[in-house]
Amino acid sequence: MLDDIAIRIRQNIGLVTAVLLFSILYLLYNLAHPKGFSSAVLVQNGDEIFALAMLAMAQTVPVLASGLDLSVGAVMTMVGCFASYLLTGVAGGTPLHLEIFGLHVGLGTFPGGVGGILLGIVVCLATGALAGFVNGCVVVYGRIQPIIATLATGAIYIGIALFLRPTPGGKIDEDLNWALTNSLGDFAATLHIFDDGAASWFAPVAWIPVPFVLLVLIALLVWVPFRRSVLGRAVYAVGSAEGAAYMSGLPIERAKIAAFTLAGFFAGCGGLFLAIQTSSGNADIPQAGAYTLNSIASVVIGGTSLLGGTGSAIGSIFGAMVLRVISFFFRIFDIAPLLQPLFEGLILLAAVSIGALGVLRVKNTLELFR
Amino acid sequence: MPDAPPSQPAFLTLSGISKRYAGVRALEGVDFACERGKIHAVLGENGAGKSTLIKIIAGVVQPDTGTMRLGGSDVSFATPSAANAAGVVCIFQELSLMPDLSVADNISIASPPRRFGLIDARAQRRRAEQLLAEIGCEDVNPLMRMRDLPLSRRQVVEIAKALGKKPQLLILDEATSALTSADVEKVYAMLARLKAEGVAILYISHRMHEVEALADRASVFRNGRHIETFDKGRRSTADIVQLMIGRDIAAQYPRKPARGSPKPVLAIDHLSWDKRLDRISLRIGAGEIVGLGGLDGQGQKSLLLALFGVLRGVSGQVTVEGREVRPGSPAAAKSVGIALVPEDRKTEGLMLPMSIADNLVIASLDAISRGPLVDRAREADAIKRAIARLQIKIGAPGDAVATLSGGNQQKVVLAKWLMTNPRIILLNDPTRGIDVGTKQELYRLMRELADQGAAILFYSTDYDELIGCCDRVAIMYDGRIVRELQGDELTETNIIASALNIDAATPGAVGAAHA
Repeated sequence: MLDDIAIRIRQNIGLVTAVLLFSILYLLYNLAHPKGFSSAVLVQNGDEIFALAMLAMAQTVPVLASGLDLSVGAVMTMVGCFASYLLTGVAGGTPLHLEIFGLHVGLGTFPGGVGGILLGIVVCLATGALAGFVNGCVVVYGRIQPIIATLATGAIYIGIALFLRPTPGGKIDEDLNWALTNSLGDFAATLHIFDDGAASWFAPVAWIPVPFVLLVLIALLVWVPFRRSVLGRAVYAVGSAEGAAYMSGLPIERAKIAAFTLAGFFAGCGGLFLAIQTSSGNADIPQAGAYTLNSIASVVIGGTSLLGGTGSAIGSIFGAMVLRVISFFFRIFDIAPLLQPLFEGLILLAAVSIGALGVLRVKNTLELFR
Repeated sequence: MPDAPPSQPAFLTLSGISKRYAGVRALEGVDFACERGKIHAVLGENGAGKSTLIKIIAGVVQPDTGTMRLGGSDVSFATPSAANAAGVVCIFQELSLMPDLSVADNISIASPPRRFGLIDARAQRRRAEQLLAEIGCEDVNPLMRMRDLPLSRRQVVEIAKALGKKPQLLILDEATSALTSADVEKVYAMLARLKAEGVAILYISHRMHEVEALADRASVFRNGRHIETFDKGRRSTADIVQLMIGRDIAAQYPRKPARGSPKPVLAIDHLSWDKRLDRISLRIGAGEIVGLGGLDGQGQKSLLLALFGVLRGVSGQVTVEGREVRPGSPAAAKSVGIALVPEDRKTEGLMLPMSIADNLVIASLDAISRGPLVDRAREADAIKRAIARLQIKIGAPGDAVATLSGGNQQKVVLAKWLMTNPRIILLNDPTRGIDVGTKQELYRLMRELADQGAAILFYSTDYDELIGCCDRVAIMYDGRIVRELQGDELTETNIIASALNIDAATPGAVGAAHA
């Protein structure tokens, strides 16, 4: 039994390192913060972490199958722009129309109210998954390397976002914004459940930020089942040894498409939240690029090998949190924001170096190049 | 040929199977059959067609012509999983395991036990434990990643994976080559059990004593043809070796000059590495071509890599012209005058998309540079001389090397190293997949280089070639040099006998067959 635990720790050393690193950094942060260990700080941090954590999860799945997805930031941005039309919550609904080459095309009215908001959320997430599915098909059937395929499709998704929102704007239902970006207590109060969040049994959990709850729910309800499915297993197998996976009769093409589709779904979750949090849609190209690069950094810090085959989305969540906590530090220590990338780079290098130690044990140096 | 009469209807029957790879014959009109409840050994030299036969049965490659019947009905397998579904399971020499997944994952990879549609990790683990226990290797923890297991344990997992597929026809292709002798006994017991249950077993092994101990029947292949099938005890080991060699017309080789005892250029003493090289000692003199023989995978390639500075943790002594050297990288090996024509010319020998010219000068850029800049005139001159010397057939030196034929590509690899003026040339099976004409040019070139004073260590899987080219041949078995053959001893019979380690005269022979 102890043996098994030792094996599991050794196999997940990247994840363990990321969790420890985050725990230490976050503890120090709260100690240094004037209002440390309070629900308010936690809520603020949760809101700042959520979108990147989702993108880190998104990036993990294709990386496990040994392919990078450069479009996750673009998918996030595009879904955010969709959300800024569909989640207005206006009682009478929102009239939608397209303007192409000076032609007005009416698309009818998207329903408002609670039903409309729920439908809008579903449409937004489906859009993200569809974008990922397209990526997967281009990679598998177009036989194009993932990095270049997603570079191209990412540009297309940004194009769609710009078409939808040439300038930042739109509107998100205020109650939705309030309910999802605060604590569970505020969530209950907005929805008028559990005595507006004042029920005595509810008090012990009322301080927990909603984004954290969402993060845990998505990880438990989407990632964990996927990892334990045959398709999820096939994703790991493809990243580990595609030839052996083929020889074992695994569905390698479906596995790759599933990996990119899931990436699109997770990126869509991130875009949806970002739109709700900012109450608008914004086709921000630099932001999309920064999120994509940070998602790759998070994946690596979280212990997933860029060569594929080993790692997990849970590790990437912690990787994202480590990256974010570093930026929190700059805020409280009042260090020039211009220095931030430099320190982030140093931390990234240090984290990656731990993973590279295995190279020292290789006995046939030719294996380093395979 | 008088084949043994079948004692029961055959389970698997192949009729008229032929297969060519890029025009090279691998199998030609092969008829073959095996029965349930029998262990059937398949024997032959390297390149006799055994691997192709197995790949066809297991659905990895499709035959060009011929039919296959299994259990009374015609079959043709488009993929390995189709073969598995029909009960044909193969344990391949190159392991088909995923290094980053756990033992339990790997064993159940094709059809894991499921609960509510998801993989049931606990059931999967129990299954792995059960299967490993069936072989008698409970010491493998199913949680371990394949990459963290030693080769012998990985092979055990490969066997457990095959068992888990409930085979009707089980093929073992050198499946015990990496096992410890204790594990081999366990695998024998398992095979005996499967045999009693009526499973048909095809057993490919180069270890004659294994074949004698296990097989009920054996078939010998040579040059892509099925030569003979006989029951246990009907043929002596000497007969079998003769069947494997056959009487083929030898290729033309350059004449070997008579020579005294030249002073050694390369002296190797007690070289060991990672359990795969065991106290190797060998001397090669100026002008000598020394062959490395033996079955594939007995440490020959590791020896070449160790000399070329690729391996870490090598112990022992290497002396070049009296000076002890310890190359830690190919660059260091190059600087003491060692060159290596590597195993895989497409990945280790050449940069395929780069031009012929770039590939030719890549190892000798120092010699044709002035400071940091390459001297273009000297470069062009060197390239011209190399192409002329090796008679490389090219369009223009600027063409991508990928456009050349295999033989000419290999010439480019060799020419690249000749430009560094090496004193020691290591050759790793340089004539594999090369046409006969180019082969003869390479033989002539090797002799020419030796005559100019180079020391050549030449590994080949082709015994005929070793006999024709080499002054001396060192036979390796299990990481050791078991015998050095020269002069009149240098015959195919002796090479095969030593390679199979069945020569009673060989000191320290393990498991000599006719004790």
